[in-house]
Amino acid sequence: MDLKDKLAASFLAFENKVSVDTDSNVHDIRSNAFDHFELHGFPTKKDEDWKYTSLNSILKHNYNVLPETEVAVEFAVVKKFFLHEIDSYKIVFIDGVYSSFLSETSHDGYDICLLSSALKKPKYKMVIDHYFDTIAANKSSITSLNTAFSKEGAYINIPKNTVVPKPIQIIHFTTGSEAEILLQPRNLLVVGENSHVQIIERHQSLNNNVVLTNSVTEIFANKNAIIDYYKVQNDEKTASLIDNTYVKQQQHSHVSVNTFSFGGKLTRNNLEFFQEGEYIDSTLNGITIIGEKQLVDNHTLVMHKHPNCESHELYKGIYFDKSTGVFNGKVIVEKEAQKTNAFQQNNNILIDDGATINAKPQLEIFADDVKCSHGCTIGQLNTEALFYMRSRGIPKKEANGLLLYAFANDALEKIKIPELKTRITKLIARKLGVDLGFDL
Amino acid sequence: MFWNLKIENYKIIMLEIKNLHAKIEDKEILKGINLNVKAGEVHAIMGPNGSGKSTLSSVIAGREDYEVNEGEIFLNNEDLDELAPEERAHKGIFMSFQYPVEIPGVTVTNFVKTAINETRKANGQEELPAKDMLKKIRETAQLLDIDRKFLSRSLNEGFSGGEKKRNEIFQMAMLEPKLAILDETDSGLDIDALKVVANGVNKLKSEDNAVIIITHYQRLLEYIVPDFVHVLHDGKIVKSGDATLALELEEKGYDWLK
Repeated sequence: MDLKDKLAASFLAFENKVSVDTDSNVHDIRSNAFDHFELHGFPTKKDEDWKYTSLNSILKHNYNVLPETEVAVEFAVVKKFFLHEIDSYKIVFIDGVYSSFLSETSHDGYDICLLSSALKKPKYKMVIDHYFDTIAANKSSITSLNTAFSKEGAYINIPKNTVVPKPIQIIHFTTGSEAEILLQPRNLLVVGENSHVQIIERHQSLNNNVVLTNSVTEIFANKNAIIDYYKVQNDEKTASLIDNTYVKQQQHSHVSVNTFSFGGKLTRNNLEFFQEGEYIDSTLNGITIIGEKQLVDNHTLVMHKHPNCESHELYKGIYFDKSTGVFNGKVIVEKEAQKTNAFQQNNNILIDDGATINAKPQLEIFADDVKCSHGCTIGQLNTEALFYMRSRGIPKKEANGLLLYAFANDALEKIKIPELKTRITKLIARKLGVDLGFDL
Repeated sequence: MFWNLKIENYKIIMLEIKNLHAKIEDKEILKGINLNVKAGEVHAIMGPNGSGKSTLSSVIAGREDYEVNEGEIFLNNEDLDELAPEERAHKGIFMSFQYPVEIPGVTVTNFVKTAINETRKANGQEELPAKDMLKKIRETAQLLDIDRKFLSRSLNEGFSGGEKKRNEIFQMAMLEPKLAILDETDSGLDIDALKVVANGVNKLKSEDNAVIIITHYQRLLEYIVPDFVHVLHDGKIVKSGDATLALELEEKGYDWLK
């Protein structure tokens, strides 16, 4: 039985089980989503959007698609995967199941809790009806697959005029209790007028068993809201991730999504921004550093629909060995979106001969009074800079590391949580194999 | 007597260049350079564009684009031929770049710290304790009239021409090289910046180190007075003399030497 058939069989069992305690509206959403997935199936390389990324090798596994086993994990074992230097809210899942032991949620002034309870309890019905699956619906077959099986994930609802005083960490651990596991977390984030929140999201395997995560996150930024979202993708080489993140912004809101991709076997990020008002700012940053046969694919979309908005996109990639990078940055400026400022930059360094990058900026501009720019570079290390550093006594390996760090630096500068910035910097140093003797 | 003198002379030669030929992509640039530099001396190497001045400094510093196809370079009797640029730096060679490279995200302080500690490590020394490092940085900055804020900026990023050159001299002062090569350090500097740079070099000069100034013009030599001036033309030293030779070149140009 291939994965699609297995999912079809499991979907009926899943629906029977969850429909009793779920609002019927969501039941319809799931059923429609499954129909959509069944009709289109998994994407193949024949799809333009998946031309350079084949899912074949990760779909052939015999995944447990409905994991339900509760596994306990000691905090000491996983502490290093948390940003534990600072106080934070935590929503933690182990093998797809919520871990109350590792989590720290809140209902005090705002809801930082679980989607499973939000889908069940009547008091959340209004929010769910208003927001759930309103951006993600029919976006892609893979997103629909997630919707069909949507049951658990983070539910964050911040009312208006609220600054959440500490970041929220959403962490998904897999323990290897299942040999091959498919996780489909579903996150919903609603941020009210004038409110501010910071999120750090991470997927982490604790051993080398095969994991496929197909995650969907819907983000709603109301008027004047500020959201900073950080995705730390540094998983084991046996774990693959398809991350689908959809952002809808109202007037004067600022949303940034920062994606740090250093690990995993295959990582595909579908990140889409929809601007629904004027004076909106959307920021997309990414740093990819991979080697061996790893693949990271960043597909982004920014949809400018209204006047006087901005988008800033900066993706940096460093590719070692036989690794593959894909960057597809689509920016659409609709006819009404005059005075749009849209900037896109994608810079790549290929270290080894076997490394590949497929980069495609894609700008579709229908308005005439706009400032749009894009730049895409693919290069090697600057030999002049290398000689400069070596002539000052810095050995070749360290000089290489320092230069690569400098290359990635401007995307790193955007991190607004200092402790996270330090962490990412250290991850980068380790990834580049250098001990620079000081904290960058 | 003659024998003794020779041995003594031999001992104090810091840099010895013997019949040096170097090429880049099959184009021969240096065509037999001979030069001896002793500790405590300042040498100026002058010459028109394309005469091989920058090639000479690059070859001494170990730039890998150049191939030395004949001749030798010795630093304190050690053949440099097989040494990588960083190894030459560890032995005390410093080259100030004509166009220093920008390194965003790495502060001047952190860069200098790394350079010093890597050099110490290579020479079997402990890393310099943070306290001593800070003290040295502070004193050197003061000596060169450098604002403390400057030190926490990203290396050379957005620096003016003068700031870049001053930063080169700052690094030189921190690294305390035995042999400093200033490659066109005066180019692009206004007179005030030139004075600051020259002043720095003069303060750092001692009986234990040597300086080679590579320049097209005589004006830097008004502030750093060389013991010897060499004229490079078509990859060879065609004339050597004392400081007055620089003045003569300023007056007559290079044509009369061809």
